[in-house]
Amino acid sequence: MSTADTGTRTRRTPGLVPVTETLSTVERRPEEPSDRPAPLAPQAGRRAGAFWRLLVSELSLTFHRPRNLAMLAALATVPVIMGVSLRLFAGDDQVGGMIAAVAGNSLMLTFLALSALVLLMMPIAVSVVAGDALAGEAGGGTLRYLLAAPAGRTRLLAVKYLNAVVYAYAVTAVVALSALVTGLVLFPAGDVVLLSGTTVTMTDGLLRIALTVGYVGFALSAVAAVALAISAFTEVPIGAIAGTVVLIIACQVLRAIPALEAIAPYLLPTRFTGFDAVLRSPIDTGALTEGLLTFGAYIVMSLSIAWAHFTGKDVTS
Amino acid sequence: MTTVAQEAGAPTGAAPPSDPGAAIVTSGLTKRFRGGQTAVDALDLTVPRGSVYGFLGPNGSGKTTTIRMLLGLITPTGGTCSLLGLPLALALPRVGALVEGPAFYPYLTGEANLRRFDAADPTASGATVRRRVGEALERVGLTAAAGKRYRNYSLGMRQRLAIAAALLGPRELLILDEPTNGLDPQGTREVRALVKEIAAGGTTVFVSSHLLAEVEQMCTHAAIMRTGRLVADGTIASLSGGLATRVSVETPDAADAARVLAALGLADVRSAAGAVTAELGGHAPERVNAALVGEGVAVRGLAVVRPSLEDVFVGLTGEGFDVDG
Repeated sequence: MSTADTGTRTRRTPGLVPVTETLSTVERRPEEPSDRPAPLAPQAGRRAGAFWRLLVSELSLTFHRPRNLAMLAALATVPVIMGVSLRLFAGDDQVGGMIAAVAGNSLMLTFLALSALVLLMMPIAVSVVAGDALAGEAGGGTLRYLLAAPAGRTRLLAVKYLNAVVYAYAVTAVVALSALVTGLVLFPAGDVVLLSGTTVTMTDGLLRIALTVGYVGFALSAVAAVALAISAFTEVPIGAIAGTVVLIIACQVLRAIPALEAIAPYLLPTRFTGFDAVLRSPIDTGALTEGLLTFGAYIVMSLSIAWAHFTGKDVTS
Repeated sequence: MTTVAQEAGAPTGAAPPSDPGAAIVTSGLTKRFRGGQTAVDALDLTVPRGSVYGFLGPNGSGKTTTIRMLLGLITPTGGTCSLLGLPLALALPRVGALVEGPAFYPYLTGEANLRRFDAADPTASGATVRRRVGEALERVGLTAAAGKRYRNYSLGMRQRLAIAAALLGPRELLILDEPTNGLDPQGTREVRALVKEIAAGGTTVFVSSHLLAEVEQMCTHAAIMRTGRLVADGTIASLSGGLATRVSVETPDAADAARVLAALGLADVRSAAGAVTAELGGHAPERVNAALVGEGVAVRGLAVVRPSLEDVFVGLTGEGFDVDG
């Protein structure tokens, strides 16, 4: 018994309460009740605190893992490469459309980068985190100890999903920020000419970027829900990750087949680039809403499947 | 442990019981896996509070499946089980568990791993986690390795860390599945001492093992499993008491000795070349010896053989056991 000996222990000796308690010992007092078993019916506040604590633990695990940080770093470099190469070729008169728009305004690079990366790279990054969420714990055997702690199956599922959502928004924010900074450094700032030809102020442009980040983050949250659902069914994380990525690519292929046009609106990737609605004036809220509803439907459906399976699953790993 | 620490209620000591009943009760507990294999078959088990309960059986006899059902990791296909007389979600924070070997995050340190599992317990407080993790690590002798990544831990250190994780809070019940697996003899002794120390504090310990000697040394009670069924249970004394204490006489005059023993009224006299054994019953061994010598039997050795759990097990199942404990 060497650490934290005198401070905490003599204080609790019956009949030995020091008369001159320092402020710090008074502050440490609330620790004591937790030495005893918790009350049979924990209060709602305490329960929320415990949920938050597990979520923080999950987030810290996710954002300390070199793999997850490397994916964020890789995604952050893509807009830089795009910006630099556009800058080098901007003098060329052949270019037009989106690329010309980027060359003309710093904010447009953000939209270009997001629409390029949202199709595959960003979903892959999110699939890695969400697909690993349950399967990784099961494969490593840590799931049985989390559940015996007891983390609670529904609670753990909720924490895992929220964690994946935070990562999805982190991915989106990193790409957007990297593109924004690159754009501001390499291209002229100022009023933004939208796809519909209208010109809006830079502040308005930034607001539209914020809207886009919200939309893309939600799209990736839908990807995360699908990956988490697959993750609940396996103990092999790479299987859950690959499964999600294959699903996304398969949807992209189906979407490209003209004969299957009828099902295209129901495929997740069809809606990924729906944020170009914010580049019109007025903003095409109908298209945005449709996209968000599709994502919402995928989230509800996938989480229901994940919950139904995970809460009744035998954990034998 | 100083007296002061005891009075302060060290978190690894016993927690006041939430229910005066048994620590573990199972009734008709059954698990049939898909594919038809019955891993646990109608298990009725009652683990009294304050006992150190050995859960014995060869590998594959359903011990781990039973423990997984107790902890809510797998759903029974029949019967019920309860811990501490509470609903599972309320019972588990009072239960420390080691299930089928250690499992941790290899890229985290030992300390960070314990913090992670502590965060999963909704009743544990983040304000005290530092102290509780420190004490749990100290209890298993891992303080020096607290900052080392789990990846670099030896097998014995991993096992200790798993035991530390089971001791993160005040526990009324510890469920330890093969706690000495992978430990060297010194580590095994330490775990046994730790289990005794924890039990002395009033915590019920349920420990599974395939090592008979280990259970005999640590436990007050035991249950013996075989192919998913309970074949015997009770206190160690009552289990061994089921078999009689025997006297074994080493002598060149086996036939004479057998006659004398039978004349004394000893039951089940068996003679072999150079040795005779019989159930001692209520006879004093020294009297038996005097009678033998008095009748002119050359006694080279006389021993009282008390039955071990292994004899009980072999008697019950006709099966041998891994006894390299």
